[in-house]
Amino acid sequence: MAAYWKQLDTRFPQVEEVFDDVMAEALAVLTREGIDAYLETARLIGKLGRGVEPMLAFMEEWPSAAKAVGESTLPAVMALIQRLQKSPNGKAITPFLQTLAPVARRLQSPEQLQHYLDITLDLKARTTGSIHGHHTTFPSPGLPAFFAQAPALLNQLTLAGLRNWVEYGIRNYRTHPERQTDYFSLQSADARAVLQRERHGTLLVDVERKLDLYLRGLWRDHDHLVPYSTAFDEIRKPVPYYDKLGIRLPDVYDDAGEISGLDRYRAALAHMVGHRRWSEAQVADNWSPFQRMAVEFFEDCRIETLLIREYPGLRKLFLARHPKPLEAACDPETTSCLRHRMAMLSRALLDSNHGYLDADLLDYVQRFHTVMAQGESSTKEIAALALSYVAKTRRQSDQFARVHFDDTVVDYRDDNRQLWKFIEAGDEEEAFDEPRKIEPAEEIRGLPPRHYPEWDYASQTYRPDWASVYEALHPRGNPADIDRLLAKHGALAKRLKKMLDLLKPQDKVRIRYQEEGSELDLDVAIRSLIDFKGGATPDPRINMSHRTDGRDIAVMLLLDLSESLNEKAAGSGQTILELSQEAVSLLAWAIEKLGDPFAIAGFHSNTRHDVRYLHIKGYGEHWNDEVKARLAAMEAGYSTRMGAAMRHAAHYLAARPADKKLMLILTDGKPSDVDAHDERLLIEDARQAVKELDQQGIFPYCISLDANLRPGADNYVGDIFGRQFTVIDRIERLPERLPQLFMALTK
Amino acid sequence: MSTDKEQYKVTQEPFYQPQRNEVALYEAAYRNRLPVMVKGPTGCGKSRFVEYMAWKLGKPLITVACNEDMTASDLVGRYLLEANGTRWLDGPLTTAARIGAICYLDEIVEARQDTTVVIHPLTDHRRTLPLDKKGELIHAHPDFQLVISYNPGYQTLMKDLKQSTKQRFTGFDFDYPDAALEAQIVAKETGMDEAVAAKLVKIGGVARSLKGHGLDEGISTRLLVYAATLIKDGVEPTDACRMALVRPITDDADIRETLDHAIDATFA
Repeated sequence: MAAYWKQLDTRFPQVEEVFDDVMAEALAVLTREGIDAYLETARLIGKLGRGVEPMLAFMEEWPSAAKAVGESTLPAVMALIQRLQKSPNGKAITPFLQTLAPVARRLQSPEQLQHYLDITLDLKARTTGSIHGHHTTFPSPGLPAFFAQAPALLNQLTLAGLRNWVEYGIRNYRTHPERQTDYFSLQSADARAVLQRERHGTLLVDVERKLDLYLRGLWRDHDHLVPYSTAFDEIRKPVPYYDKLGIRLPDVYDDAGEISGLDRYRAALAHMVGHRRWSEAQVADNWSPFQRMAVEFFEDCRIETLLIREYPGLRKLFLARHPKPLEAACDPETTSCLRHRMAMLSRALLDSNHGYLDADLLDYVQRFHTVMAQGESSTKEIAALALSYVAKTRRQSDQFARVHFDDTVVDYRDDNRQLWKFIEAGDEEEAFDEPRKIEPAEEIRGLPPRHYPEWDYASQTYRPDWASVYEALHPRGNPADIDRLLAKHGALAKRLKKMLDLLKPQDKVRIRYQEEGSELDLDVAIRSLIDFKGGATPDPRINMSHRTDGRDIAVMLLLDLSESLNEKAAGSGQTILELSQEAVSLLAWAIEKLGDPFAIAGFHSNTRHDVRYLHIKGYGEHWNDEVKARLAAMEAGYSTRMGAAMRHAAHYLAARPADKKLMLILTDGKPSDVDAHDERLLIEDARQAVKELDQQGIFPYCISLDANLRPGADNYVGDIFGRQFTVIDRIERLPERLPQLFMALTK
Repeated sequence: MSTDKEQYKVTQEPFYQPQRNEVALYEAAYRNRLPVMVKGPTGCGKSRFVEYMAWKLGKPLITVACNEDMTASDLVGRYLLEANGTRWLDGPLTTAARIGAICYLDEIVEARQDTTVVIHPLTDHRRTLPLDKKGELIHAHPDFQLVISYNPGYQTLMKDLKQSTKQRFTGFDFDYPDAALEAQIVAKETGMDEAVAAKLVKIGGVARSLKGHGLDEGISTRLLVYAATLIKDGVEPTDACRMALVRPITDDADIRETLDHAIDATFA
């Protein structure tokens, strides 16, 4: 030991205190050369000048990490430490070392560990700050937080998932130190959302309908399925349960061996359904916790026996998830073995090939089967059996504080809270029925926001719930203004009227194969005659008739109300806003004449947290003073987050029962927002939104007023809308062009 | 013109398992020549029941499967063109009224409403059928009786019988038999042993309780019989069930998976 101590060459008293213990562990795990390398590395870490913490962390963690991933990974680990030491991220060394062992246990192979180290290096390199191109002077804010979370993350993510999660954090929060820390310490909402997306296993939300069908179909039962999160409770894992508000299940189940996550959900549901069907709440006051536990085990087995009677296939499922404790695993001299005994019994009750030899156990298995052979039995009867089993097998050691837990947890079983009722509410003297003060809630102004995802083209993924859209009615102005605008364009209106008359519904649809109709359908008549001449029975339905078919187009006009509309249009004394107002008024007037269902909304945005969507005209409203008043009050301000507005407009348009759905987007510039630094980002997002519209059967069409737009060079409108756009170069002609365009589109 | 009455007779006894007293009730209705309406989900034994009753009463049975292109003349009859003139051809309803058969209009709601009105004069005290194109009034044969069936399950607003039609009939409400009886039926129809038949019925029950949650109709007794027939032929039960019970009734992946799970859980 002394030689080792000398080799370590340190004078930290804290290290001296634990040295014997950690060396004992290291000697048990590491090889001769391993020990040398271990001490040498520890010595180097001690000399880094970062105090005793990193050295202590290394000395405590390494033996166990080496056991999981092998000693050969030490140089790679050391290399990372040196990289951290050389960069301003020296503070992250300690958290890295502290979580190395749990991370290594998760990863299990040197290659996997190398991947983890690579991800870490990448994170370090890309988040370490450099301001104005100087040296890297600012440490990565997220790195220490990331190391602290690494074991928890790897519990739920594969390495690929971890890489995506880290990637997301780097990309979105590189320039925002506080948010970056929040993200990497799993504090922020989207850190959790992305984590959820990258998780392995079967998510409850994905299979909810299947489980609902399962409950209804196989068990004639149904209830709300409420997920609880398993991600953030490390110490006390929640257990499924049900109460008045619904059935609680974990939000995700990993596949376990050949049992899929979905089947694990089914097992848990079947078990709870069994309780709901056959269990009866028992008065718990006079029973000890041990007795209650035994009753729970017996009752669980009773209902599972009944469930298997109903669907024999469940036996396989239950047995696959039921632990099979070894008979000799628990030593009754030193440990409380009650749980172990109960788990063995529970296994034996369900599995006839249990192979246990204990006489009491076999006796009670026999008695259980005798009781069950007579029918369904009851909670009461089975509780009596359980109590007598506890009495018979009781041992002094059951009271020991050290309890044998291994292989005794049946994870698909619920916590049995419904099995008990208590006569006395509690032992406490004081009652807790003090009236609770209800804080007056903040008055609700406007509708709550709707959240929409946003497309991140760099990673080809959606950022979940990224943009918040607030919708409201547009403020009112003076409707007479709009009437005046319309009067100004009287001549144009007359020309439009003529075009409208041509568009009015007059399509005729033939209805063929009519026995009686307005005209003879020659094709069919001749065919009938041929049949007849050939000696077959002729078809008498040789007439046809007509019916007129109406237009069935729902239209949504989405107006960009961003700041740039306040600019004066080239070659005209009016602002773009005023011209748009005129154009929209004429279009609205024209569509009202045609009778197509039609809505108008405007949007602008001030960062992703505040996208405003303003109703100007709804589908239910006519082109009346109310609508005109809103249009008259149209104002421009803020930026253009087009994708979110289009998604929200699509939400309304998609609900229309029309055959054809047309979304017109009137905009004067490219999508942009103050919080989007990459100008491609919102363009790509809008393009993705257009794809989504296509999938929903909505035809988007853009009318761009961007006079600077030239084909070729920077044709972002084409990028977004493909060929479904028009650029209006001479903005002063907009009032004339817009209605014409609409008619051309819908002819 | 005479029609061979014998060809419409049901010669062999069809297997029918009465669920309640419907046989006696039908006999009473027939004694008094009351028109009968049989309602119930698809494949629960409506047609089999009518066939059985025709056999029991020893009357000819003329069945017409209605469809939406069917016109009144498809029921009543029409003139055919011939080289030198025209010839009248009786439709199935007219034939039945002439020879005194039981006329069974299957899935009557599928037919267009103007078609169903032609049966009205036959269903009340008049018991006549006017052939206005031919200018003939047929008085129905004393043995003639009209039976219609329909499935109230998948009716839409557009497809329902008019009140004036409904109120001309006495009604039987059919449903899938209870589990034990249905197992017996499946077993007897196919010669399958009852334990397997009971399992099939159980899977049928699973699907029936999903009706309205993505399924328009549950698994019918007819499909259960198909499945049993396949199993009898040596097909693996789980495969037979998937083929005969699940694949025909749904394209919904979630429901398919739930039913597949039910099959695996039942035939373990």
